Amino acid sequence: MSAARTPPEPRAAVGTPIGLLAELTHRCPLQCPYCSNPLALERAGAELATEVWLDVLEQGAKLGVLQLHLSGGEPTLRRDLEEIVARAAKVGLYSNLITAGVLLTRDRLERLASLGLDHVQVSIQDASAANADRIAHYGGGHARKLEVAGWVRALGLPLTINAPVHRQNIDNLPAIIDLAVSVGAQRLEVAHVQYYGWALQNRQALMPTRRQVLDSAKLVNEARERLKGIVVIDFVVPDYYARRPKPCMGGWGRGSINITPSGKALPCHAAETIPGLVFANVRDERLADIWLHSEAFQRFRGTQWMPEPCRSCELRAVDWGGCRCQALAFAGDAALTDPACAKSSLHEAFTQVAEHAAAQPAPKFAYRNPRAGAHH
Amino acid sequence: MSGRKTERTLIVPLSAPILARHVKMRHDSVRERWLILAPERVLTPDAVAIAVLRLCDGTRSVEAIARELEQTYNASKERILGDILPMLQDLADRGVVTA
Repeated sequence: MSAARTPPEPRAAVGTPIGLLAELTHRCPLQCPYCSNPLALERAGAELATEVWLDVLEQGAKLGVLQLHLSGGEPTLRRDLEEIVARAAKVGLYSNLITAGVLLTRDRLERLASLGLDHVQVSIQDASAANADRIAHYGGGHARKLEVAGWVRALGLPLTINAPVHRQNIDNLPAIIDLAVSVGAQRLEVAHVQYYGWALQNRQALMPTRRQVLDSAKLVNEARERLKGIVVIDFVVPDYYARRPKPCMGGWGRGSINITPSGKALPCHAAETIPGLVFANVRDERLADIWLHSEAFQRFRGTQWMPEPCRSCELRAVDWGGCRCQALAFAGDAALTDPACAKSSLHEAFTQVAEHAAAQPAPKFAYRNPRAGAHH
Repeated sequence: MSGRKTERTLIVPLSAPILARHVKMRHDSVRERWLILAPERVLTPDAVAIAVLRLCDGTRSVEAIARELEQTYNASKERILGDILPMLQDLADRGVVTA
């Protein structure tokens, strides 16, 4: 008998992905300073062809994906959105259009609905039109969004209003909640800005005070009670003032796949900021292989990769060590404990950064556009 | 149905619930179980919930559903109502069923 084989690396048990986030394009008419796209935006010429997306949807459905989020940039800029929605319906994916809305016509929305679109999510930047348009850097956008929200409901489609909140709109939260009810949304996402990419660039312009964050949580809890059975409110908390980190993406490589406009498969939006990770492309590899075996998805999957204090923490399989990209951005190493965790040696410094940013005057926004991003 | 909702849907024995239009219940062959798909949510109903929801067609009342399930679960209609009314109310509050 030959020499004993090296035992295989202990690998985390791999689950089945639930969600597929398809970033169809990074093009967008809006320039929100907290955009979740990377600073280096992908160009139109690099975008996947229709057939590749259609094939990815088929592969995803076979792999066990249940929900398809059609996002961007602005997904309605893709002229093949109809084909993509139709294919999602055909393979049984629950489709969710995440849109700024400003480029939609009623006719196109009606066509998408008839092709099987399941749900529409419209973002708003504030309840005040003037402030919303200033934040999105797009004149007249807010009014268009409200019109689109009305069409969504008139066509009988379910509507989610997504409202990113930060120091420059958080005091309008009661009005934002009222707006979601008045346009007939079944669901409202009050999402504190998460500080990666563009939002990290604009952190001082966006960071609320601890008091504002606590007040927003209280307000949301009251509204949930008052609006029970009318609108479901999901609340995304900011972690700078937290004691425990968020289970980012529900855990790395546990339930979601994010595909960029050019076809790179990522475990999360910001994963490309992590140096040394190589991302497979759906043009070259099968989605199942990428999900099960690719280095990027395996790297922080499960709990084996964890250092202390995560490794022995009783919450390691609850928060999965928090966010790798935040560990990288703040601690300089993606494999360290997320500084949002009170067990991190950097936690105090992390909180102080937020308090300091929130106490300073808000500087001008660095708006999200390809020119601004090219510098990074 | 369009426009905004101004009142909570209350589920009573005479309500005739049905899955909301945007909610899909389907059998998933990968996971080999029934799932409820809703915006940003995937629910994994238990056996009782599946049995109840498959009878929620918008014409049967909750009471009628309970009566149909008497034999399956070998329990009285009242007992079944006591279980499924809160369950359906919870699903209504989460936007999964309407009545």
